[in-house]
Amino acid sequence: MNSSYAIPAVALVVVATVLVGAFGLRISRTTSDFYVASRTVGPRLNAAAISGEYLSAASFLGIAGLVLVQGPDMLWYPVGYTAGYLVLLIFVAAPLRRSGAYTLPDFAEARLASQAVRRLAGAFVVGVGWLYLLPQLQGAGLTLTVLTRAPDWLGGVIVAVVVTATVAAGGMRSITFVQAFQYWLKLTALLVPALFLVLTWQHDGAPRHAFDEPATFREQRVVRVDDAIDLRLDRPLTVMVTGTVDGRTHTATRLELTAGTHHIERGTRLTFTRGAPVPEAWRSGGGDLSPSQAESREERPLYATYGLILATFLGTMGLPHVVVRFYTSPHGVAARRTTVAVLGLIGAFYLLPPVYGALGRLYAPELTLSGDPDAAVLLLPDRMIGGVGGDLLGALVAGGAFAAFLSTASGLTMAVAGVLTQDVLPSRGVRHFRLGTVLAMAVPLAASVLVGGLPVADAVGLAFAVSASSFCPLLVLGIWWRRLTPPGAAAGMLVGGGSALLAVAATMGGYPGEGAALHALLAWPALWSVPLGFLTMILVSLATPGRVPPGTASVLARFHLPEEVRSEVTA
Amino acid sequence: MSGFLAGLCVGVLPVLALGVWLGRRTARAKSLAGLGTPVEHATFETLHTASLAAPPLRAGLTEETARKSARKLRSLLGTDALCLTDRTGVLVWDGDGAHHRDEIMDRLAGALETGRGEAFRLTCDSLDCSVRWAVVAPLTVDDRVHGALVACAPRESAVLVRAAGEVARWVSVQLELADLDHSRTRLIEAEIKALRAQISPHFIFNSLAVIASFVRTDPERARELLLEFADFTRYSFRRHGDFTTLAEELHAIDHYLALVRARFGDRLSVTLQIAPEVLPVTLPFLCLQPLVENAVKHGLEGKAVSSGRCHIQITAQDAGAEALVVIEDDGAGMDPGLLRRILAREVSPSGGIGLSNVDDRLRQVYGDDYGLVIETATGAGMKITVRLPKYQPGVHSAGRPAGE
Repeated sequence: MNSSYAIPAVALVVVATVLVGAFGLRISRTTSDFYVASRTVGPRLNAAAISGEYLSAASFLGIAGLVLVQGPDMLWYPVGYTAGYLVLLIFVAAPLRRSGAYTLPDFAEARLASQAVRRLAGAFVVGVGWLYLLPQLQGAGLTLTVLTRAPDWLGGVIVAVVVTATVAAGGMRSITFVQAFQYWLKLTALLVPALFLVLTWQHDGAPRHAFDEPATFREQRVVRVDDAIDLRLDRPLTVMVTGTVDGRTHTATRLELTAGTHHIERGTRLTFTRGAPVPEAWRSGGGDLSPSQAESREERPLYATYGLILATFLGTMGLPHVVVRFYTSPHGVAARRTTVAVLGLIGAFYLLPPVYGALGRLYAPELTLSGDPDAAVLLLPDRMIGGVGGDLLGALVAGGAFAAFLSTASGLTMAVAGVLTQDVLPSRGVRHFRLGTVLAMAVPLAASVLVGGLPVADAVGLAFAVSASSFCPLLVLGIWWRRLTPPGAAAGMLVGGGSALLAVAATMGGYPGEGAALHALLAWPALWSVPLGFLTMILVSLATPGRVPPGTASVLARFHLPEEVRSEVTA
Repeated sequence: MSGFLAGLCVGVLPVLALGVWLGRRTARAKSLAGLGTPVEHATFETLHTASLAAPPLRAGLTEETARKSARKLRSLLGTDALCLTDRTGVLVWDGDGAHHRDEIMDRLAGALETGRGEAFRLTCDSLDCSVRWAVVAPLTVDDRVHGALVACAPRESAVLVRAAGEVARWVSVQLELADLDHSRTRLIEAEIKALRAQISPHFIFNSLAVIASFVRTDPERARELLLEFADFTRYSFRRHGDFTTLAEELHAIDHYLALVRARFGDRLSVTLQIAPEVLPVTLPFLCLQPLVENAVKHGLEGKAVSSGRCHIQITAQDAGAEALVVIEDDGAGMDPGLLRRILAREVSPSGGIGLSNVDDRLRQVYGDDYGLVIETATGAGMKITVRLPKYQPGVHSAGRPAGE
């Protein structure tokens, strides 16, 4: 891919982000514009900001990659990411705003009047935030590698440095404008190229076999294998090989591969003929990192789909950077309107990545072999359109992808740094916020450099699972159940969130390996860990009836009564 | 390999957290053993027990606080039973012989009347009752008897009488402190009420005079100003809720400034720079308006009527979990030493209650970390910074007034 346009585009996005963040609101007004100067953030602007912060690398790159590899089953991801806001709208949005809480630990304290539960919630915010930051940094690394062949870790380091510097220097003062700007940037960056791609597809005679199984090559294609892989063939396949297959070296040899498994060494070039089916690839090194991609469609159990649905539906409400944005709404009703607008904006956005995934299956099916299917969105413009137009569109997509990493990463970093400063580091103050910012970014950066290669959408899914099993019970029961007690909340978060976290750790550590029944349970923990969290919270609360915090009734009344009524009651 | 590392990273975190927690727990339960001679050790023990009994009593003498402290007090005295009463009945009985409750109350009347301690033998039918003697020590606050501490023992003992007297005196001191706490809270409440009712009378005279001057020349303007005046006074006289939102406070400031500008014309210019993210922040009612009033006063003070111009800058920024409000003027400034004494209440400021009261209220609501930060020098203007946490337990705005 031609990087002469892409790099300026990425640089432009970075500079624009920093500038909007620093100067978006540095406009002084005189008192005659008082009503302009002190206008609260409207639901639509706030919704764009929330969407901008929410649409991460997983949405921008990951979904297309998943659809490319595994077909339409993966459409549950965008559905889940969107539907999470429906649950948020119905159960949480308005009461959460009325609680006056800024962060999730604040909510825990406001509802349960317990410092211990507050600290526990803070620990989970940091955990979820780090889990979610990891794929952002990896996505950045991937994007930069695809664009410039830079080493894997460089993109992550760039995003980490830019975000840490702007957040720590207080450059995210007008964060609502930055994030709203990022949303429209991301939408444009996917929409405009998608229009051209669809036009090209029409021009090609609108081939409709996108989801035929298996995907086939539309034309003769040379594939370079970057990592050693195993190919699994159902029937014999003829390819031209330059490199090493099954331990034997070939140079531009036509080779007939028999049905069965063949080992391909890294650096090998395979030339597939037009119409050849894309063989199924099995990565030999560290393949078990990828719970959803490593398994083919048939092996992916129905259970996994349900786990995914539950995690995304219920996990959204516990994402630290999303919750924080609701504070900007002036009151509960505005919070609800904002959520409705978010549903619309995110729904519109999520129509696009599947388009890229489907076109990717048609035009770039070899991405499943050669390396990262997550790169499909970045490569398609060049592949389908080519020339200067393709390069420009590719640059636009690359800029949008960087906007995705920057906005989500900066939102998460601020949320995590806020919790670290308030609840973990000894004393408060501006300098400590800077220290917190560095700490918030350093851990996931170190992890991403150490770990590498975790598929973007999977890592995000794991963060959702942990959030769904710890914060969803806390929020839903905290808002709707008056008998919740501090010990119950703490136990529920520990058991639900802790078990999900352990399952995540086990999955990332490669235990218990492919195929085992236990593997599916651990890779998609939400289906058992969410009910476990709820159950523990309810049972322990019922067992400690004496610990219901005094004033629960008035706290719940404040959560649920509209503000107008409240002021009449207190007047 | 890298997968293993990833698992390790995630798996190690909870272990680390657990380690930190355990470390803090064990560090807290520091043993006093091996510290000094046995006598010193005993002293430490006694002081420690006394300090444990103190906190509940700081909330006054009620059934709940008595229950919480009675066991500690009993172990302090080392008796079989201990009872705390108020003037009308037994609040708590800790230890054996609870069937003596009524008898004690009957025989306590004299002691509660005179405020003098006494000891008497208890009549008891059951042979295995270990409680035979009761030592009564009254609890007095400001020479008024609030209740009594009764220590019961199997036999009469001068040591017990002495000890009970001392413990009762110690408890009395705690109750006096509770009384002080209570009056301090009431004082602060009264002060807040006083401040909120107290928009400066000068301001009312001046505003009315300005409005009067426009009545003939520009009736429309006079009408607008009267409405501003009405809005401002309605806000500052409202009765419900101790807290408001930054948006509402800024609106009140806008009304205030409209009136001030009518008086000073273009001698006063104000610029605003407000991040919309912080407008929903909750803050104590009328805690920024006095600061703006102060800036106006200082900005125009000591300047000739013709040449004096003053610029005021009001900034509200988003800073993570806090909002940062800065009010800056380019006026006469103030000697930092004098300012320090004003804030410490050593001198009363020339024109009103402004700064020190706002400072007190902020500290009271948010803690001592959140007082006013004032940067000033003579002739160099003044810059006041207020940090407002976005969330603080117990701080809720009274909500939108109906109809807005």
